[in-house]
Amino acid sequence: MKSNKKMGLVFFPAFDWAISPTHPEREERLLYTQDQVLEEGLLDIDGIIELRPSMADFSDIDRVHICIPQAQKVTTVSHLLSAGGAMAAADAVMTKKVDCAFALVRPPGHHAMRVVCGARGFCNVNMEAIMVEHIRHKYGRKRVAIVDTDCHHGDGTQDIYWHDPETLFISLHQDGRTLYPGTGFIPELGGTNAMGTTINIPLPPHTSEEGFIYVTENIILPILKDFQPDLVINSAGQDNHYADPITDMNFSAQGYAHLTSLLQPDIAVLEGGYSIEDALPYVNVGIILAMAGLSYEHVKEPDYDPVRIRQSQKTTEYIKEISEQILCLYGEAKCRRDLFIRERNSVTRERRIYYDTDDITEIQKEEITVCDKCAGTLVIDSRSDKGNICAVVIPRDACESCTADGRERFARLDRQKYDYVYLQDRVEDNYIREGRK
Amino acid sequence: MGSMIIGLDVGGTHTDAALISNGEVLSNAKVATDYKDLYSSVMGALDRVLAGVDVSDLARIVFSTTLATNSVVQGKEDPAALIISAGPGLDPTNFLPTRDYYVVKGGIDHRGREIQPINPEEIRSIAREIHENYLTCLGVAGKFSTRNPTHELDIKKALGDGFQYIATGHTVSGNLNFPRRMITTYLNAAIYRTHKMFFDAVDRSLVSRKITAPIYILKADGGTMGLHQSLDFSAQTILSGPAASVMGVLGLARVDEEAVVLDVGGTTTDIAVLADGVPLLEPLGITLGPYKTLIRALYSKSVGIGGDSRVRINMGKVTIGPDRAGPAMAFGGPQPTPTDAMVVMGLVKVGDRDRAAAGIAGLAEILKVRVEYAAEMIFNTTCRNIVNEVNTVIKQINSQPVYTIHEFLEGRVIRPRKIIIIGGPAPHLAPRLRELFRTTTIVPEHYDVANAVGAGIARTTTEITLNVDTEREVLYCPEEQRRENVSPNFTKKDAIRVAFDLLTKRARRMGAMEEKIEVELVEDMEFNIVRNFYTTGKNIRIKAQVKPGIVAKFFS
Repeated sequence: MKSNKKMGLVFFPAFDWAISPTHPEREERLLYTQDQVLEEGLLDIDGIIELRPSMADFSDIDRVHICIPQAQKVTTVSHLLSAGGAMAAADAVMTKKVDCAFALVRPPGHHAMRVVCGARGFCNVNMEAIMVEHIRHKYGRKRVAIVDTDCHHGDGTQDIYWHDPETLFISLHQDGRTLYPGTGFIPELGGTNAMGTTINIPLPPHTSEEGFIYVTENIILPILKDFQPDLVINSAGQDNHYADPITDMNFSAQGYAHLTSLLQPDIAVLEGGYSIEDALPYVNVGIILAMAGLSYEHVKEPDYDPVRIRQSQKTTEYIKEISEQILCLYGEAKCRRDLFIRERNSVTRERRIYYDTDDITEIQKEEITVCDKCAGTLVIDSRSDKGNICAVVIPRDACESCTADGRERFARLDRQKYDYVYLQDRVEDNYIREGRK
Repeated sequence: MGSMIIGLDVGGTHTDAALISNGEVLSNAKVATDYKDLYSSVMGALDRVLAGVDVSDLARIVFSTTLATNSVVQGKEDPAALIISAGPGLDPTNFLPTRDYYVVKGGIDHRGREIQPINPEEIRSIAREIHENYLTCLGVAGKFSTRNPTHELDIKKALGDGFQYIATGHTVSGNLNFPRRMITTYLNAAIYRTHKMFFDAVDRSLVSRKITAPIYILKADGGTMGLHQSLDFSAQTILSGPAASVMGVLGLARVDEEAVVLDVGGTTTDIAVLADGVPLLEPLGITLGPYKTLIRALYSKSVGIGGDSRVRINMGKVTIGPDRAGPAMAFGGPQPTPTDAMVVMGLVKVGDRDRAAAGIAGLAEILKVRVEYAAEMIFNTTCRNIVNEVNTVIKQINSQPVYTIHEFLEGRVIRPRKIIIIGGPAPHLAPRLRELFRTTTIVPEHYDVANAVGAGIARTTTEITLNVDTEREVLYCPEEQRRENVSPNFTKKDAIRVAFDLLTKRARRMGAMEEKIEVELVEDMEFNIVRNFYTTGKNIRIKAQVKPGIVAKFFS
């Protein structure tokens, strides 16, 4: 048997890592998935190859995150291997060893924001962002689209790419009014310099195949076509499944496979999904087959009944309505930006960020320089139990004035006011942390 | 019972036999392999080492044959039917080894729970159809049958008593891989008759020679099994030849580091790899022609370079193999071979040097060089090609997950410190290979019958898998068809104890004679089963094996 697309598979189930023994994010989360993948003989299919995960470096993490107090303190070996697994998948695609790749790795990462004080939503560091920035660092400038199909809003990835006009982030998820983390609403369209490159599709509870496929065909694919990415990444969370214990959606293995075949991601990275026996084995087999361009028509959960899980007419109409709103806002993003800036040189936002997994509250204030030429220099002031810090972020491909401005502001920071100050200089790939003098 | 062992290995070119006693090779024999009459080749070699031996001194006879391999490679296995119950998932018809297949109702999930029942009436009607097609052997394979064999057993029962042999999937291996399980089950059914007829004949001949010593068959993983037990596992005899060579090396040479074993024969060179003196295994099982199987095997790569390889000149360059040219001209063959080159160079002192030189002269003319120089070129190319193949093998192993017998090697880089060379041309090739590899080469004593020695001294091995689900309160061992209830408090320690007990009994049944059977854990994992954030049970997975190894050493 031969696949139609050459596909790489990274398997790092982290059988020795759990948040706690009965936590959804525990050792055997991928056990039955691995059983199913092995029993189906997927690795014997000509064209599907298993790739070894590599180990991420702390510099790979520093390229994305501001870790308090430092990367070594907020990660374990499992996190480095999970990020490294995603990087190995990316390397295989970028070097054309395979056409596409799926990193079946854990722990997950899409709730990890740029600043990391601890774990939130089971995530410490952001696997997709570490992978994408590794790609850009190693293979040069790329327009990247990340489509997050986890049931929870990918608030971490959104935060990291909020100001980046070269990264399109689309999240479809259960409406934030009904599920953690409580964000991801339609008006969240991206920061000042990147308005329109963040798209949120909050779906009502009990959305089924029909609704997911509808927004894929009517929102995601047209916006992708408009954005013209060099790479499409899928944050492949699987907790929209009808059997998932911590969400309320009605998606299925057939649906996930169909969505994947429409999306045609270059790289997929596993995110959440906690129905470890009844959903994950079938969803993952479906996604693998869809990515490899093979038939997935027989991949069904034992109790699959499309009629039983079908969404109501009301839901269908509601989804059509929000889809129109989203497309309308997307079309107006440019004018909205101009209205929003109104001669300002910089824009600030202040937030309270709660780290549910580690019970930490962070008060964060960020200031982005308004810039037409680049993503703009960002200055972050963060206060939490983990310490008070200030970070200056000079984005990749920053313009000369933003680069010079960023370096000067870092030099001028009052070291006495903070426990640590950080410089994330993407232009020089240089990451500095200084403690209180 | 006596202390003498006979090992016999049927190779592509020769059939070798060795008579062994107390760490010494007392005698050996080499006869040409006659593909059309393997039985005569086997008995011919056997009779030569038996000459003058008191048969009551024999402790055992071990056979390693190409019988099963040949019938599969040549597509001459018996037609056999295959009944498949797959449940949801990949379409099983993507992997089918036979046209006589029947996909039936029934499904089992990854935890061994029934998804869909089988329909006995459907099976009975299929049985009638198979009878009408005059098929007598068949296989039954189900997805996840290693987690719950009930469907396979029920199907077998519903098929009735009218068939000569029914192979079941859960007994072939405890490993997960449904396509490979289907194929391996099919092979066990399709080779059954050939295997049985051949060894019935051998057995009768041995009885007529008053030999009562137990008979063993070598498996591809370098272990042996009793002749009677082998009937249910005939596919495991596929590709036992490379295993015989590696086991021979373990007995004949001292190796405790990373090393390469080269068995240079007439037609092919087999490359195997040792890590810490332990042979590497194929991760899942042998691939033979179009068939990917669950047949446990030592890792071995066969390349078409040997003493009798065809030599060609292609655009002024010498090429060797991969096809065979027949015996060397020095031994009456039709075309010049690497062996002729070695005869011309004076490395090989037997054979007709003039004939060899005449053969090489034809090639020398095309190359526009002297005969001696052409011989040198052929010899060098042969050695260089072997070195390149070995380097490719090492590179491949280092870039993909491979298992040792007892430890997962992922992440470890193999750098061979020794090359052990066996087979007829071994001593002639060793000096040049040493130069090219820039590492130690060893040609052990009895290098030309190391394979027969290896068959003779291989231990009886076997392995078992144990799955325990304390939420469902069941313990299941697919290889032993053992399913019993356990208490919810059953622990991993209990599971290991049960596994070792079942394994030891199984090894005895397979023919192990040692007083103390060496068992070891290959895998022991334990996971929580959680319902609504409460632990409701444990999923315990154990794999244990009798350590492959040898019963005698030939060095102190």
